[in-house]
Amino acid sequence: MHQKTKAPRQKRPAQKRPPKAPPAPRPERPDAAPLADPNTQRRILSLSLPRFAIEQHLRAATWRGDTVSEEQPLALAVEGRHGPVIQATTRAAEAGGAVIGARVVDTRALMPEIRIEYADTGAQQVALKQLMFWARRWCPWTALDGADALIMDVSGAAHLWGQEPEMLARMEEELSHLGLSAMLAIAPTHSAAWALARFAGPRAICAPPSTGTARAPSDDMTSTGPADTPQHDRAPSSIAQPSSSPPSAPLTAQMHPLPVEALRLDPQTILLLQRLGLKTIGALAAVPRLSLARRFSRAALPANPLLRLDQMTGRLPEPLSSPDEPPRFAATARLAEPVVDPVPHLPAMAQTLAAALETAGFGARRLRLSLFRTDGQVIHASVAMARATRNAAHMVRLFDGKLTKLDPGFGFDVISLAAEVAERQNVHQRHLDGKASDGAALSQLTDRIAARFGPHALRCPAPAASHMPERNDRFVPALFAMAPQSSQSSQSGQSSQSGQPDTGRGPRQTSPSQREQKIERPLRLFEPPEEIRVTYAVPEGPPAQFVWRRQTHRVARFAGPERIAPEWWADRPGTRLRDYYRIEDQLGRRFWLFREGLIDDGRGTTPRWFVHGAFA
Amino acid sequence: MEENLKTNLRKSRRTPQATLSEVFAQTATDAAAIGFVLAHLPTARAAPKTHKPILWIQDRLSRRETGRPCLAGLGIMPQEGKTALPELLWLDVSRAIDVLWAMEQGLACADLGAVVGEVWGDAPQLDFTASKRLALRAEAHNVPAWLIRRAATPNLSAARERWRIASLPSGPDQADMRAPGQPVWKATLMRARWRSPGEWVARYDSRSHAISFDPIVATNADAAMREVG
Repeated sequence: MHQKTKAPRQKRPAQKRPPKAPPAPRPERPDAAPLADPNTQRRILSLSLPRFAIEQHLRAATWRGDTVSEEQPLALAVEGRHGPVIQATTRAAEAGGAVIGARVVDTRALMPEIRIEYADTGAQQVALKQLMFWARRWCPWTALDGADALIMDVSGAAHLWGQEPEMLARMEEELSHLGLSAMLAIAPTHSAAWALARFAGPRAICAPPSTGTARAPSDDMTSTGPADTPQHDRAPSSIAQPSSSPPSAPLTAQMHPLPVEALRLDPQTILLLQRLGLKTIGALAAVPRLSLARRFSRAALPANPLLRLDQMTGRLPEPLSSPDEPPRFAATARLAEPVVDPVPHLPAMAQTLAAALETAGFGARRLRLSLFRTDGQVIHASVAMARATRNAAHMVRLFDGKLTKLDPGFGFDVISLAAEVAERQNVHQRHLDGKASDGAALSQLTDRIAARFGPHALRCPAPAASHMPERNDRFVPALFAMAPQSSQSSQSGQSSQSGQPDTGRGPRQTSPSQREQKIERPLRLFEPPEEIRVTYAVPEGPPAQFVWRRQTHRVARFAGPERIAPEWWADRPGTRLRDYYRIEDQLGRRFWLFREGLIDDGRGTTPRWFVHGAFA
Repeated sequence: MEENLKTNLRKSRRTPQATLSEVFAQTATDAAAIGFVLAHLPTARAAPKTHKPILWIQDRLSRRETGRPCLAGLGIMPQEGKTALPELLWLDVSRAIDVLWAMEQGLACADLGAVVGEVWGDAPQLDFTASKRLALRAEAHNVPAWLIRRAATPNLSAARERWRIASLPSGPDQADMRAPGQPVWKATLMRARWRSPGEWVARYDSRSHAISFDPIVATNADAAMREVG
C-alpha cells in the first residue's frame, strides 16, 4: 500500500555520505523500488516571480519617466478569445476588484477609473532571459521555468553566501532592489522546489537526504507567497515533522501536506483529483501506485499525477538544461537572399567585430564563424590566435581556405562571426618609424600557419628536464606557447624600450665559457635511431666500418665514447646504457652513433648499434 | 608600396641584403648543407639582442630521411618562464607545396630572422614561378630565405644563388688526433646573380661563428676524395 511513498524513505539511508551516515538505519524492505540517487543529491532552487509582468512594466515605465506605481489602478491586457483580458494588475487595481483573467470590459464596468495598457509579452520574455543571465552571479546553472519563473541548480554554491537560508535572503533582497518580489525555495528536485516556492512559506528549504533535517520556514519573514488555504496548517506540520518523522524523509514530510496543485498538473487533472477526494499530495501518494498507473496510463506528463509524483521524489529524473550565454562580441549579417559563398561578407563583419572589440578594449583569441543554411543546418568554422587581436584584415585572412570545403546546400542566409574567447588587450605604442616591436607580426604568422596546418604543426622549443638526447628536445605548439607571453606583453614591451629586451637569454650571456666547453651535439636527430650493422676491432671500442641504409661507411676518425646512462626514473627496467661516438667516414660525413649496452652488462645479448644524428 | 619596391629592385639591380638562396646537398643523409646554411644565419649566441626567430620548415620526406632539428646541436637552450620570442619555429608539413606556402607566409613577416625550407626531391610545384615569388618576397621584406634541396636536380629556378655542398674531411682537433674537428665543406656556387660562380673549400669556425672560403688546392682532403672516387 505505502510502497510508493516509502520507497525514498527506505533507500535514502543507503546513499548517505560516509561521515554523517548513521549505521544502516533501515535495512528492511530491500525489495523497494530503487531510487535514482543522483536525482536527489542536487540542490535545485526555484525562483518564482508571481508579479513579474506588472513589476517589469512599472520598472520600464520608471525608466521612461512615467510616474506610475502600485498605488494607481493599472492593469495589463492581452488578447483573449473574446476580446482583451487582464494579464496583470497593480495592487491598487487588485484591491479595487480587478481579477487576472477577467475581460477588460467587465473590469472597466467594475472600476471605471482603471487604466488599461497592453502588455508586451515579448519584452517580458526578453527581460526574464536577461534576469536569467543576471542570476548567474549566484550559481552557474540557471534556466527559464515558464513565463515568470527561473530554476537554478545551486549545488555547491550556497557556501559562498554562508548557508542556504542566508543565500535565499540575500537573493530576495537583491531582487527587491530590482523591484521584483520573488518566492524562493530549495529542494533536492525540480518539482519539489517548484512546489515549495509557490505553496510553502517564504524561503522554504527542503534539506538534502543526507543531512536529514527539514528546515522550517522562518516565521519572521513577511509572507510573499499566495495566502492559500494550506498555509496555516502547513507551517506547524512542517515544524512538527522533523521531530516526529524519521530524519531520512524530509522531502516527503514537507511535500505531503501541500495541495495537489503543487504538482504542476493541468487544471482538468487537478479538478479530477479534487473530485476524487485527493486534496493533498500525501493523499495522492497514499493511493497504490498500480491504481494510479492504470488510471493515468495514457496521460501525458502535465496530466499524469504519477509521473509528477516520481519527478518530485527524484525517481524520475528531470534534468535542467542551462542555455549558454551568447558571445559578448559578435557580428551578424542577415542576407536578403541566400548566398553560396560567404567570403565577400567577411571583411565587413570582421570590421564590425573589431570595432566592437576596440570599443571595449578587448581582443579576440578564438573566432567562430557560424553559417546558417536555409535548410536549417548550421555550419561552424573556428580559428584560434596566439595572441589577442582586433585586426580585421588578420581575422579575415585566417579563414582563407577554410570555407571552400563547406557544403552550402541551398545557400546561407545568416552569417555570424563571434569572438568565442576574448581577453583584454592593451594598446601598444609604436615606434617613430611606424613599426611595432611587440612581436604581433610573429603571432599573426603563427595564427595563419595554425589555421592552415592545425594547431600542432608549428612548434617552438620548450625546456625539458632530461639528459637523454631524444627527450632533451621538447617542442610545444607555438599557438599555445606564445599565450603567456601575450599576457606579459605589456611588461616586455616596456622593458624593451628601457634597453633590456630579452631576459631569457641572460644565463647564456653570463656563462660563455660553459657554452665553449659544451659537448658536441649533432644538428639533426633521427627519430627513432636507425640500426646499423657494425664491424669493430674490439667490442668495447669504436666501429671500424658500418652499413647503414645499404651503404658502407668506413670510419676515418672518431671521438668518444661518451656514455649516457638511462634515466632510471623514466625508463623501464633493463634499459641499457649508451656509448656515443662522433665518427667521420671516408667522405667526411659526420654522424653520431651509439652502442646500446655493453657485452657483459647482463641486460641482453650482443649490443646493437644505432645511428642517432648527423653533424654538419 | 611593395610593388614599387619590387620594380625598384629590378631596375636598380643592386645587391639586396637578403635574397633567396638554394643549397643542394651532395649526399642526402648528412647535415653538411644544414651546417652551411646555419653558418650564414645570425645566431642568438652571436647577437642576442637583435636576434630574431628562424622559421624552419620541413616536408615529410625530409623529416623522415634526415631527421628533425636537434636543439642542443643548434645551440638553443630554452629557459623556463622566458618571455622573449622563441629562437626557432619548427614547422612540420607533409607536402612540398605546403613548404612553399609557409615560406611565403614567413617571408612577409618582419619579425623573422630567416626562413629555411627543406624540400625532398624534384617537386613539380617548385618551378620557376614559385622560386621567383620567394625571391621577390625575400628581397622586398628583407628576410633571407634558404631552400635546402636533397635528392634533387638543379633545374630551372629563380634563386639568386645556387650552391652545392659536399662534406670534406674535417679540420684537426687540438685535443685529439683521431677526432673530427671543425667542419669543412666543398662549396660550389653553380649560379649567382651578383657575383661569379666558383668552387671553394669552406671552413666553419663554430666559436666565432665565421665561415671562410679558400680556393681549392690539392690538399690531403682532395686526395682523399679522389682516392675514394
